[in-house]
Amino acid sequence: MAEEVKLLKTWSSPFGLRAFWILKLKGVQFDFIDEDLSNKSPLLLQSNPVYKKVPVLIHNGKPISESLVILEYVDETWKQNPLLPEDPYERARARFWAKFGDDKVLASIWNAFIKQGKEQEEAIGLAIETLKFLEEELKGKRFFGGEKIGLPDLALGWLANLIGVFEEVIGVKLIEKERFPLLSAWMQEFAEAPVIKESWPPHEKLVTKFRAIREPYVAAAAQPK
Amino acid sequence: MGEVNLHGEWSSPFSYRVIWALKLKAIEFEYIEEDLSNKSPLLLQYNPIYKKIPVLVHGGKPISESMIILEYIEETWPKNPLLLPSDSFERAMARFWIKFSEEKGPTIWKIFVTSGEEQEKVKNESLEILRTIEEKGLGEKKFFGGENIDLLDLAFGWMPYWLGVIEEILGLKLLEADKFPRLHAWIKNFKQVSIIKDNPPDRDRMLIHFSSLREKLLH
Repeated sequence: MAEEVKLLKTWSSPFGLRAFWILKLKGVQFDFIDEDLSNKSPLLLQSNPVYKKVPVLIHNGKPISESLVILEYVDETWKQNPLLPEDPYERARARFWAKFGDDKVLASIWNAFIKQGKEQEEAIGLAIETLKFLEEELKGKRFFGGEKIGLPDLALGWLANLIGVFEEVIGVKLIEKERFPLLSAWMQEFAEAPVIKESWPPHEKLVTKFRAIREPYVAAAAQPK
Repeated sequence: MGEVNLHGEWSSPFSYRVIWALKLKAIEFEYIEEDLSNKSPLLLQYNPIYKKIPVLVHGGKPISESMIILEYIEETWPKNPLLLPSDSFERAMARFWIKFSEEKGPTIWKIFVTSGEEQEKVKNESLEILRTIEEKGLGEKKFFGGENIDLLDLAFGWMPYWLGVIEEILGLKLLEADKFPRLHAWIKNFKQVSIIKDNPPDRDRMLIHFSSLREKLLH
């Protein structure tokens, strides 16, 4: 049976990018559609009726949503170049770091990005505390997955380009090389890895987009109380 | 293969998921009750990032985050019984709903820590969440896992016990039988599963404990 693999994503979504990466890293043939979230396609709404979000992977007509669920599904279905180790304990560690990335790192960085004034200072402090755990985890490792890119690297990979975008918009350095030597090295190595390096959305376009997203927060904070 | 220890807490649905999974697989383990107001040095050492329960320790190696623990248990002691579908797509569906439970569960808990208008808003959101679970998550199945319970049923284990406790303390009914017939049937079936029936959480103690918690939160 001919395999049909379709990925619904957007040009900028880091979650969609994860799914894009794993399919490319495994050499899977697929089509992708960049959705306009202000005008969601009937296919998207039908494929992800619960959340109506991207990414959605459609494999031979069957839709799978939630980026980490997609990563595990792709890893199990196409066995070449595995992203998860064999050993159950190591798999649990990999899943832990992927989840930590989404639950804690993403949230703390986002807060540092949108908050203003004193709240921003506190948010930046918290983000730095969170990032320290990542720095610690990279000791003795080239990637979070060890010698090669694994599930947690794809899950955390958004750091490699979006941190630069956020830093440019807010005018504050979040990941300083002196404080985070290992994390900085990882970001560079990941960003330049084969497949990954060809996939980054255009930097300037991201800066424009996130600057626009930040505007209402800046405006609200500027209102007299 | 190594000793199995579980650090848990008597009133936590996250802790119970792991107890139920271990018991379903007939895995011998030692249970350590943690006092969360006075966490043991061992817990802090095993889970330095979150400092939370449950933590499963197998052969000295700690695993935290309840659903990650459950996947670990499933992979380390496969079958007897199978707790995730063997088909990849069905497995992805199970993981999707597990994530849904993790993401939306806290919204429902918010009813317990809010009052007035805010509580009303949360109540409405919660009803929508339950509606989605009833219609899209469970559908026509007996259990989320099909004919038998699996990890997804355990992920929703907060509903049969903890939701009822909250409803009783707050004097409000979220999960009305005529509005959510499938979930009601599922709750009944879930509680009848022998491992679950033999290892229920302490409802009476929870009523007392969560009542006083609610008192403190409101004052």
